[in-house]
Order: sequence, then structure tokens, then C-alpha cells
Amino acid sequence: MKILVCISKTPDTTAKISFTQNNTKFASDGVQWIINPYDEWYALVRAIELKEKDPSTVLHLLTVGLADTEPIIRKALAIGGDEAIRVNADSADPFYIATQIADIARQGGYDLIFTGKETIDYNGSSIGGMVSELLDWPYISLAVKFDLNGSVATVVREIEGGEETDEVSLPLVVSCQKGVAEQRIPNMKGIMSARTKPLKVVEPVAAEALTGIVSFELPPAKAGVRLVPADNPAELIRLLHEEAKVF
Amino acid sequence: MSVLIFIDHSEGQVKKASLEACSYGAALAGQLNVPAEGILLGTVTTDLSTLGKYGVKKIHQAAQEGLNHLDAQVYAKIIADSATATGATVIVFSNNLSGKAVAPRVAARLKAGLVSGAVALPDTTSGFVVKKNVFSGKAFAHVAINTPVKVITLNPNSYPVREGEGSVSAEVAPLSVTAGAPKVKVVSATQATGEVPLTEAELVVSGGRGLKGPENWGIIEDLAKALGAATACSRPVADAHWRPHHEHVGQTGIAIAPNLYIAIGISGAIQHLAGVNRSKVIVVVNKDPEAPFFKAADYGIVGDAFEVVPKMTEAVKKLKGIA
Ligand SMILES: Cc1cc2nc3c(=O)[nH]c(=O)nc-3n(C[C@H](O)[C@H](O)[C@H](O)COP(=O)(O)OP(=O)(O)OC[C@H]3O[C@@H](n4cnc5c(N)ncnc54)[C@H](O)[C@@H]3O)c2cc1C
Repeated sequence: MKILVCISKTPDTTAKISFTQNNTKFASDGVQWIINPYDEWYALVRAIELKEKDPSTVLHLLTVGLADTEPIIRKALAIGGDEAIRVNADSADPFYIATQIADIARQGGYDLIFTGKETIDYNGSSIGGMVSELLDWPYISLAVKFDLNGSVATVVREIEGGEETDEVSLPLVVSCQKGVAEQRIPNMKGIMSARTKPLKVVEPVAAEALTGIVSFELPPAKAGVRLVPADNPAELIRLLHEEAKVF
Repeated sequence: MSVLIFIDHSEGQVKKASLEACSYGAALAGQLNVPAEGILLGTVTTDLSTLGKYGVKKIHQAAQEGLNHLDAQVYAKIIADSATATGATVIVFSNNLSGKAVAPRVAARLKAGLVSGAVALPDTTSGFVVKKNVFSGKAFAHVAINTPVKVITLNPNSYPVREGEGSVSAEVAPLSVTAGAPKVKVVSATQATGEVPLTEAELVVSGGRGLKGPENWGIIEDLAKALGAATACSRPVADAHWRPHHEHVGQTGIAIAPNLYIAIGISGAIQHLAGVNRSKVIVVVNKDPEAPFFKAADYGIVGDAFEVVPKMTEAVKKLKGIA
């Protein structure tokens, strides 16, 4: 069994979001970077659990990013995984990224690919689906539970208005969200061993970026809160009805 | 040339998110001077010709029961083939759970540039630039799509459902497909019948750790019921299993954009705000005047939720004439 977990670097959830160069670039000065929470908490941890159950499992982590993503991938290796691959490229276009991942997947002979449900910076939710199409594999989006029995996966995924339990033979691409696993904190042993785990750097394959970010924009600031006295909640309801007209 | 809109369905019905996609797709088609067409896979009880009033001229329906469960791989092939056959230049999905499953596959299959989470109509004055949500609601990006065929997924509650004048009915054209056998076997499916999905709800009442325990959720549910609102919660509340996970909103939960978001006993941490700050009107009830949420609110009451919320419910009932 060979599992590939896709890892992405994102600004910390408390990072101040602002832009430079005439609103064309994210202002990364002083920003703390983290592993995208969905990749770390759910995709990676579930893959580690599968490896714990079946130690013959080979678990590789993959990131598409420049050298500055290495601290993040080392941090992921401290949680678990045998080795990591970094495709030396950077792009905000999901097709470009997916093309790189699909290429690594083809060469590496993986059976299972995990992604997080989305990144908390671009909020695309599109890499898993694109990779599966490029490989012509089935895709289970937004999994909340994942189990493996031999080469057959049983997955519960979120669908409109409910949940669906699916059975599917590997190979398979799954995007993971809450429910699939529980967050793990790396321990000292993990942090030490991560330093010596292989981190292979490969150059990207030729691919086109089909989209490009023209500019960013911050939402308009709120005008300020209008406080209603605590002894008069009926006035608040009147304002919502007559002034804000929300119901 | 046309704009092709993917119309999804659950419980045999076309839901609001798809009606928004229809309205959006029709407006975009008007902008590009091409017709808006829809594609629906499976069978529904909704009379599809009535979707004409949202501006859709023709709906291609593959009315096979085998297609009622959405299979991303099977769906993507049919939609991509149909887009090619009808000469669609833009394919529109809702960015709901169905859209997230299928749109990326369709885009990759057609090598079409994808923008997911659009919040407005594209700017087509020079090129094709779509405004989308980024940084989990903390910012927007304007993204250019550089390919001849384009795929857009529209965030729920970002574009109004618009009915055109008169009662135009859409032509429903059968689409014959030979769908390959799905590789995914659906073992079972559960639907929370009748419930409005949180992402589609126009009014949301949400509770946080300030409510002290699950046994106190009655005041939240009563207010939600009186308003006809959906309920949500902060992350620690879901983590503690006071409420189900699917109610967890925020940066690592669901992102929502209702017309009204009432936050009760929630401090307003940056990760919580990220998921709710696109709400049109935010109301905060918190006993701490320094709670950060007040800075992001439109209306607020500094007070004890256990005293304030039941009075709000009373006032709503009185206003609506509910005894
Ligand atoms: C990586 C990361 C991701 C996260 N993602 C999310 C996310 O997606 N969603 C999310 O919600 N959180 C998220 N969090 C957690 C977030 O930082 C906060 O801890 C959380 O939102 C706090 O929840 P709360 O407001 O319910 O509780 P608290 O912060 O404990 O606030 C409780 C509030 O209730 C008020 N209160 C107490 N008693 C009363 C009363 N009787 N009447 C009225 N008010 C009262 C208090 O004044 C206080 O403001 C994340 C954190 C991290 C680190």
C-alpha cells in the first residue's frame, strides 16, 4: 500500500490579511506559516493511522512549493510519514498544481491520495477533483470518515442535505475534512526523526496556468455596532424587522 | 455558444443553490449575448420547464434513476461531453457540496480554467475576470480565466435568485447518455429531510461556549424556530459534542453568508469571524462589552443571553403574530 498526502502551506489562522504592490501580492512580512489545517489534522493523521494499522504501508508527503515551504513539510514529517517530495514550483492556479501532483502520483505508483477539503487561503476545494480526473481515478469529496479493508475503501462523505456511505476499490483520491481523524501534536521523537527523513526536491513538469490572480481586495469595514439596551430586546427585533429588513 | 448551468438536486428537488446558479448563469449569458442552458442528471419531481423563469432557455436532462446519486467521475464525463456538444463556453456550478465534487473534474477534463467560490458576475469588459472569496472570507481575489472554456462555481447566498418577467417556460430536452458503470458503490445515504442546509439558510442563530452546556440550547432553538432560522455553533461547542459537527461555522468549519447571523455567547475569535463575516447583518449578544465580536457586528446587546434571548424570541413571536 502506497499513500500520498498532499500538504499545503497557508498563513496562520490569526494572520492579518493585507496586500502590497498595488493589491496584487499578499503581504507576507511577519506572517506565521502553518500546514493547511485540513491537510494536517485530517488527511495526514488518517494516513498515519492507516500506516500504524498496517506498518508495511509506505506514506509519502507531497507539496508543490518553493524552498520556503520546507519548514512546513518538516513539521508535517514530524507528525508522521516516511519521506517527502517537494515540487519546486509555485502557482495559484489549481490546474497547474494538480498537473504536478498527478505526475508524481503516476510515477510513484500510489494507491491512495489524500488532500484536505480546501486550503484556508485560496479556498479552492479543487485539487483533489482535478488530480482524480487527470489520473482517471474515482474521487470522494469531503469525506468525514475513511476506512480501508484490503484494497476496498469505505468512505462516508458529506452530500447536499446529508451523508452518503460509499464503497470503492483503490486507487482513489479523497478530500478529507472534520471527522476523518483527530488533530495530533508532534512529539519530541517525531521532531528529531523528521530532520533526517528524506526530502526529495523535483522540478515541475511543463504545465499551463489556466487562471491568474489580477488583484486582491479587502471587504469594506463595518460602520460600527449599534447597541440596544439589554432591558429592551424587543427594540432590537423591531430594528431588524423595520430598519435592516432581514425578516 | 452558450452558458451551461449544472442543476443539482437532492430529495428529488432542485434546491435554492441551483436556482441561484441558474439566475447567475442567465445574467452571464445575457452579458455575453448567448443563451443559458441547464443540465440535470437524474430524475426530479420539480417541473423543470418552470426553471425558464430564471432565464434558462433549455434544460438537457438525462432522466435515468441510476444517475440520482452523484458520482463525480460519471457526472464529470457527461457534463464535459455535453458542454462540448452544445458549444458551451462557460459552465456554471453552485459551490455547494455537489459543485465541489464535480466542477474540478469537469474543468480538468476540458482543460478549462476554474474559479471556485465566485461572489459576483465576471467582469468581461477586457478579458474574463471573476471575483472570488479568498482567505476564508477575509478578502476577495479578482481572478482572470485565460482559456476559451471557463468553469465557475458560485458561492451559495452570494447571488440572488432572480425571476424574469412573465412566465417563460424552459424547453426540456432528453439527453441520452451511456454512463459508464460507476466505480463508487453507494451503500447507503441519509438525508436530514426538511432541514435547510446551513449554507443556504437566510437566517442563522448561532451559539457559543457562553451557553455553558448543551442542556441550554433550548433558548437558541426557540429563537431559531420563531424566526424560521437554521442553527449553528462555534468550534469548541462542536468539539465538546454539545452540537453536531455540521453546525460548526468558521475558518475550519462551514463558511456561510446569510442575510442575518445572530451570535449568542460567542467571543468572535478571528477564526470564527472568517466563516461568518460575509453575513449581511450580524447581531451579537454577549455579556462582555469587550468581546471582539462587537467590532464585526451591526447590532448588539451587552447582556446575559439567558435573560435577553427569550425576550427576543417573545418579540419575534409577537411581531409575527405567533401565540
Ligand atoms: C487553527 C484554528 C482554527 C479554528 N477554527 C475555528 C472555527 O472554524 N470556528 C470557530 O468558531 N472557532 C475556531 N477556532 C477557535 C477560536 O479561536 C475560538 O477559540 C472559538 O471560536 C471560541 O468559541 P466561543 O466564542 O464559543 O467561546 P469563548 O471564546 O469561550 O467565548 C464565549 C463567549 O461567551 C460569552 N458569554 C459567557 N456567558 C455568557 C452569557 N451568559 N450571556 C452572553 N454571553 C456570555 C463570553 O463573554 C465570551 O465572549 C479555531 C482556532 C484555531 C487555532
